[in-house]
Amino acid sequence: MIRTPLRPLARILKARDTGENPDTIERENIRQRHEEMRDKSRARAEGRLLLMCVMFLGAFIVIGAQMTILANSEAQEPRASAAGARIVAQRADIVDRKGRILATNLETHSLYAQPHHMIDKERVARELAEIFPDLKEERLVKDFTGKRKFIWIKKKLSPEQKQAVHDIGDPGLLFGPREMRLYPNGTIAAHILGGASFGKEDVRAAEVIGVAGVEKYFDDVLRDPANGDKALTLSLDLTVQAAAERVLYGGMRLMNAKGATSVLLDVHTGEVISMVSLPDFDPNDRPRPPTEGNPSDSPLFNRAVQGLYELGSTFKIFTAAQAMDLGLANASTMINTAGPLQWGKFRIRDFRNYGAQLSLTKVIVKSSNIGTARLAQIIGAERQQDFLRDLGFFEPTSVELVEASGAKPLLPPRWSELSTMTVSYGHGLSASPLHLAAGYAAIANGGKRVVPTLLRRSTPQNGPRVMSESAAREARSMLRQVVTDGTASLGEVPGYAVGGKTGTADKPKERGGGYYDDKVIATFASMFPAHDPKYVLIVTLDEPVETSGPEPRRTAGWTAVPVAAEMIGRIAPLLGMRPDVEPGQLAGITLTAH
Amino acid sequence: MTEMVYGSLPVRGGEPVLPKWWRTLDKWTMSAILMLFGIGILLGLAASPPLAEKNGFQPFHYVQKQAVFGTMALVAMLITSMMSPQLVRRLSVLGFVAVFIALLGLPFFGTDFGKGAMRWYSLGFASVQPSEFLKPVFVVVCAWLMAANEEINGPPGRLWSFMLMITVVLILALQPDFGQACLILFGWGVMYFVSGAPMVLIGGIILALFPAAQFAYSNSEHFARRIDGFLDRTVDPTTQIGYATNAIREGGLFGVGVGEGQVKWSLPDAHTDFIIAVAAEEYGVILVWAIIFLYALIVLRSFFRLMRERDPFTRLAGTGLAAIFGVQAFVNMGVAVRLLPSKGMTLPFVSYGGSSLIAGGIAVGMLLAFTRSRPQGQIEDILRGRTR
Repeated sequence: MIRTPLRPLARILKARDTGENPDTIERENIRQRHEEMRDKSRARAEGRLLLMCVMFLGAFIVIGAQMTILANSEAQEPRASAAGARIVAQRADIVDRKGRILATNLETHSLYAQPHHMIDKERVARELAEIFPDLKEERLVKDFTGKRKFIWIKKKLSPEQKQAVHDIGDPGLLFGPREMRLYPNGTIAAHILGGASFGKEDVRAAEVIGVAGVEKYFDDVLRDPANGDKALTLSLDLTVQAAAERVLYGGMRLMNAKGATSVLLDVHTGEVISMVSLPDFDPNDRPRPPTEGNPSDSPLFNRAVQGLYELGSTFKIFTAAQAMDLGLANASTMINTAGPLQWGKFRIRDFRNYGAQLSLTKVIVKSSNIGTARLAQIIGAERQQDFLRDLGFFEPTSVELVEASGAKPLLPPRWSELSTMTVSYGHGLSASPLHLAAGYAAIANGGKRVVPTLLRRSTPQNGPRVMSESAAREARSMLRQVVTDGTASLGEVPGYAVGGKTGTADKPKERGGGYYDDKVIATFASMFPAHDPKYVLIVTLDEPVETSGPEPRRTAGWTAVPVAAEMIGRIAPLLGMRPDVEPGQLAGITLTAH
Repeated sequence: MTEMVYGSLPVRGGEPVLPKWWRTLDKWTMSAILMLFGIGILLGLAASPPLAEKNGFQPFHYVQKQAVFGTMALVAMLITSMMSPQLVRRLSVLGFVAVFIALLGLPFFGTDFGKGAMRWYSLGFASVQPSEFLKPVFVVVCAWLMAANEEINGPPGRLWSFMLMITVVLILALQPDFGQACLILFGWGVMYFVSGAPMVLIGGIILALFPAAQFAYSNSEHFARRIDGFLDRTVDPTTQIGYATNAIREGGLFGVGVGEGQVKWSLPDAHTDFIIAVAAEEYGVILVWAIIFLYALIVLRSFFRLMRERDPFTRLAGTGLAAIFGVQAFVNMGVAVRLLPSKGMTLPFVSYGGSSLIAGGIAVGMLLAFTRSRPQGQIEDILRGRTR
């Protein structure tokens, strides 16, 4: 940029010569430069101001547009009228495998009072006490005449109660819509469903949250609005569950047991078709957790999942199956059963003396503790642990109940050789009936690990192989023989070829120090039909005693087995299984070729 | 003819003050300001009775106060707008010194009215918020310093104004009054931008704002809570924003009707920070659009008039005043529609408040003084454009 010098020497000198004041030249130049600068800065400022104009205009238009959008948008606040409809979809239904409702929602109303709006407080209190016998009139009068401006009276009202309260006609009594969880089948599948209660609540609506069972396990899924009205489908079969509960309840009463549980498992898919624990409760009116006494005696306790029992002789088949799988024995290998078997201070005895030796099949059929223990000694502690771990006896079951994760099987703290021997016949290791069902399912489906699930599945699990096909087949044949000519002879159900193993374990004393001699856990672990099993059924009775004979009988063969047999006879047809009736029995009917 | 061509000052010896004022005044801007003031009174009639009832006054107590203060503000505006830029500058520098001292005295003599920030002097019959008065005089002082920078052999005025700005912003931030601090910062930024800031520097400053915001967020709970409330997009219907949003929805296009609005009963700041929500509820978006139009008219017209201004001081001072005025309105309305985080900022000339009203009157008076038409040598521009 060429700038005019403020004091151009040539002009200054010339001015001096002519006698003019040279300062005027400088002043004039300064003025010119000033003007130029202002022009330039004004031009620049013009552009930048224009930019500011655009920005401000844009900002104001955005505000106006946003204001317009907001003014034309729908109000999103929950309103009293819309609240109910909004919440209906909030918690999804639970249905069984055939789509029958297990849990659903019912719209009811809650009742609250605003005493400062009440006209005749005494009359309201009196009439409310008439409608609700559990409310005390004096108490209500005290509440209404106190300083409180808001009082909950009832969380849920039936329509009749609502009408009755409405008829009181006092403006201080108000209803709030409430969504409540309804279990239309009452106690059926109570332990699986668990229950629900109100979480956060206000006048317009309340949040329903699961408190136990699948309701709690799937709480997020059930409440997720993204799932819409899609129901949660369980693997349970409502009719089978109902029949199993009825039979088990009858059996429990008949055998004078204080508790009972049964698990019915599909051996291929691992679906739990029915799971019963008695005594039970009504999830519509879930009792409070017990504050005293043994929690495992509470109706809330799910024996099938949470109950950890020494399951006794039912474990023997695992020992036998592993021995055959390892090639250490086959069905006819003779096992030394001479007793008693002395191990340190500990003696292992049999129920009866079965002589010097028995074939492996007979060991299972007669349920010889000594034979199984000797077999376990040959297998060794390590291999035994590996096998039981493969069957799932070392971890809590992963079934979809919140309670399941807490039920970790109790294992011997130090797996000595004696532990190996006792675990082989089901003592020293406590597991839940569901664990046992999963273990038996592995034998039943030909040697593949099964993980029990409560969700509907349509495909076999095809888990990792835990034993060879042939070992599983041999084991099934032994189990069948247990029923045909062993300890479970009462378990025969015509046409369904039941196979299974009994187990009678003395109950350990709660305060330690040995076992009761008159309290047992009697278990029958069965599968049907034995030649190609579809289902595994575990029936466990807690402290059964059968008193029809001359002396009380407690063994599983007399208690759990007949209950299981009755149950299979009832539920197998419900499961759509045809009895295998031998052709010879079709007397009088001639089959001709078409 | 000579004067016309060369644009030298057309001296009208003894021209009366009022006719000259009326002739050179931006009458559109002044009409818009008067209309805003009228709308303020109108909305005050709707928004302030709940507050009056709460404080035990008769319903229109605050409207009367608003009218009194408004009249004072209008008088202040008229007097200020009659001043020459030089006079405005001189008085502003003196005023700046006074307000600055008042600001420094706040921690010792001020009161916080239980709101957790020392911002007010209580004078018994009224309270004064010095930071409201600081804005216009600060802008004028900074414009003076920046303009001085453009003189040949002038002082480094930009640097001085920068240091002044930092000082003022720090004092305000310590009160804490981040709203006013941001306004001061913004006003200074706009003036610096228009006075010819290097574009690189502008970009750098914008980038530097992020760590500064971060610092404020992590060190001031007051600030952090407001930002958190803004970032949480779910509108809690029981917050001020929630009520405001609801009110705007209720109002729709034409409003629920005069006096029918409900939001004023639930919003504690209905007569100040959220008065636009009251406007939207009772009169609908139509009135909101009108208010926005008036603000835009004032700001844009001022900017356009200042584009022609050749005197750097006048141009910068006017720009700063208009920008602060506009951005304050923008922020206030932006908060109500949840475009911006909650920020206690009044709607100039509409919200209730003595200090803000009178300070606003002085500010727009200054703006009117700076935007008065003066001979600008337009002919020279035309001639130069032709030769170029």
